[in-house]
Amino acid sequence: MLDSLQRLGQAGLDRFQRLGQSVLFLITVVARMMAIVRYPSLLIQELYSVGVLSLALISISGLTVGMVLALQMYTTLVNFGAEQMLGPVVALSLVRELGPVLTALLFSGRAGSALTAEIGLMKTTDQLSVMEMMAVDPIRRVVVPRFLAGIISMPLLATIFSAAGIMGSYLVGVGMLGVDDGAFWSLMRDKVSLSEDVLNGLYKSILFGVAAVWIAVYEGYQAVPTTEGVSRATTRTVVHSAFAVLGLDFVLTAIMFGDY
Amino acid sequence: MRTSRTVEILVGMFLVLGMAAFIMLALKVSNITTFTENDVFQVTARFENIGGLKVRSPVRMGGVRIGRIGEISYDDQNLEAVVTMEINQKYQKIPNDSEASIYTAGLLGEQYISLEPGGSSEFFIQGDEVEETQSALVLERMVGRFLINASDQTNSSSDN
Repeated sequence: MLDSLQRLGQAGLDRFQRLGQSVLFLITVVARMMAIVRYPSLLIQELYSVGVLSLALISISGLTVGMVLALQMYTTLVNFGAEQMLGPVVALSLVRELGPVLTALLFSGRAGSALTAEIGLMKTTDQLSVMEMMAVDPIRRVVVPRFLAGIISMPLLATIFSAAGIMGSYLVGVGMLGVDDGAFWSLMRDKVSLSEDVLNGLYKSILFGVAAVWIAVYEGYQAVPTTEGVSRATTRTVVHSAFAVLGLDFVLTAIMFGDY
Repeated sequence: MRTSRTVEILVGMFLVLGMAAFIMLALKVSNITTFTENDVFQVTARFENIGGLKVRSPVRMGGVRIGRIGEISYDDQNLEAVVTMEINQKYQKIPNDSEASIYTAGLLGEQYISLEPGGSSEFFIQGDEVEETQSALVLERMVGRFLINASDQTNSSSDN
C-alpha cells in the first residue's frame, strides 16, 4: 500500500521535475537566442532541413485534405441546396483549424523527430561534450538554430498547407462537382475575415511551432545517451508534441473563437 | 549534402512561397477591405425586435452592402433595441427619411438591415436616427399566429 503510494509520488515528482527542467531549458535557449546573428549560415542550413524538406509532405497533405474536404462537404451541403457555401466552409475550417493543427502534427512527425534524433545522437556520440571542451556552447551552436528554424518554418508551412488545401478544394469543387466559380471565391471572401480568421490561424501555428520544436530540442538534449535512450526520446517527442498541440489548440480556440 | 548556394536558394524559395501563400490567403480568400473606423459615419435605429441580428451583420441598400452593424444595445427606458449602423463615408446622399427593416437572406440565412430610400432631399449625417423602422419577422411568432388563425377558423367552421 505504502509502496504503491511511494511509486505514485515518485512518478509525480519525476514529471514535475521534467516540466521544470524543460522550462529552464527554454529560458536558457531564449536567453542565448541572440547568438544566431553570429552564425546566420547555421540557421539557413536548419531552415533547409526543417522547412524546405517538409514542404513536399505539407503541400501534398494540404492539397489532399482540401480535396477530400470538398468532396465530403459537398455531399452534405447539396442536401440543403447550399453547395455554394463549399468555398467558405472549406476555407474557414482550413484556415482556422486544420491548417495549423495538421501542419503541427505532420511537422512534429517529419521535422521534430529528426531534430530529437539528431541532437540525441550528437549527445550519444559525445559531439556535444567535445564542443564544450572546445569552448563552443552547444546550446548556441546546435539548439538555437534548430529552435529558431522550427519557429520560422511552422507558420510558413501552415499557411502553405491552407493555401494548398483551398486550391485542392477549388479543383474538386469547381472542376469536378460543378460549383459556380464566381460564387466559390466571392462567398469565401465574404465570410473569411483577415484579422479574425487568417491572422488567428497564423498566431495558432506560431504557438504550435514553439511547442513542437521546444519539445523536440528538449527531448534530444536531455536524451539518455544510449541507442535505446535516443529511440525513446524520439517517440516521446512525437507523442508529447501531439498532446501539446491538441491541448493548446482547444485552449486557443476557446480564447479566439469562443464568444461566437 | 548539397552545396550551400543551392541550400540558400531553396530556403529563399521556401520563404517566398510562404509569403505568397499568406498574400493569397489575405487577398483572394479573406475580405481585406473591411471599413475602418475613419471612413464610416454612424446612424442609429430603434427596433421593437431585432431577431437574430448580430454585430458585424451587413447593412444593405438595394441589395448592395453599404456598411455594417457597429453596436447593439437595449434601451430600457423606451423598451426598444438600439442598433448603431456604420455606413461607408462614400454613401453621403441617403435620404434621411429612409426606412430600415430587418430581413433574412434566404430562409435560414443571416439577418441584415435593409434601407429603403425615402423621398426627402435631406441626407443622413453622423449621429442621425432612422425614424421609420420595421422589426424582424420572427419565424416562431409567425408560425404561432398562423396556428392560432387556423384553429380559430376550424372552430368557427364547426360552429356553423
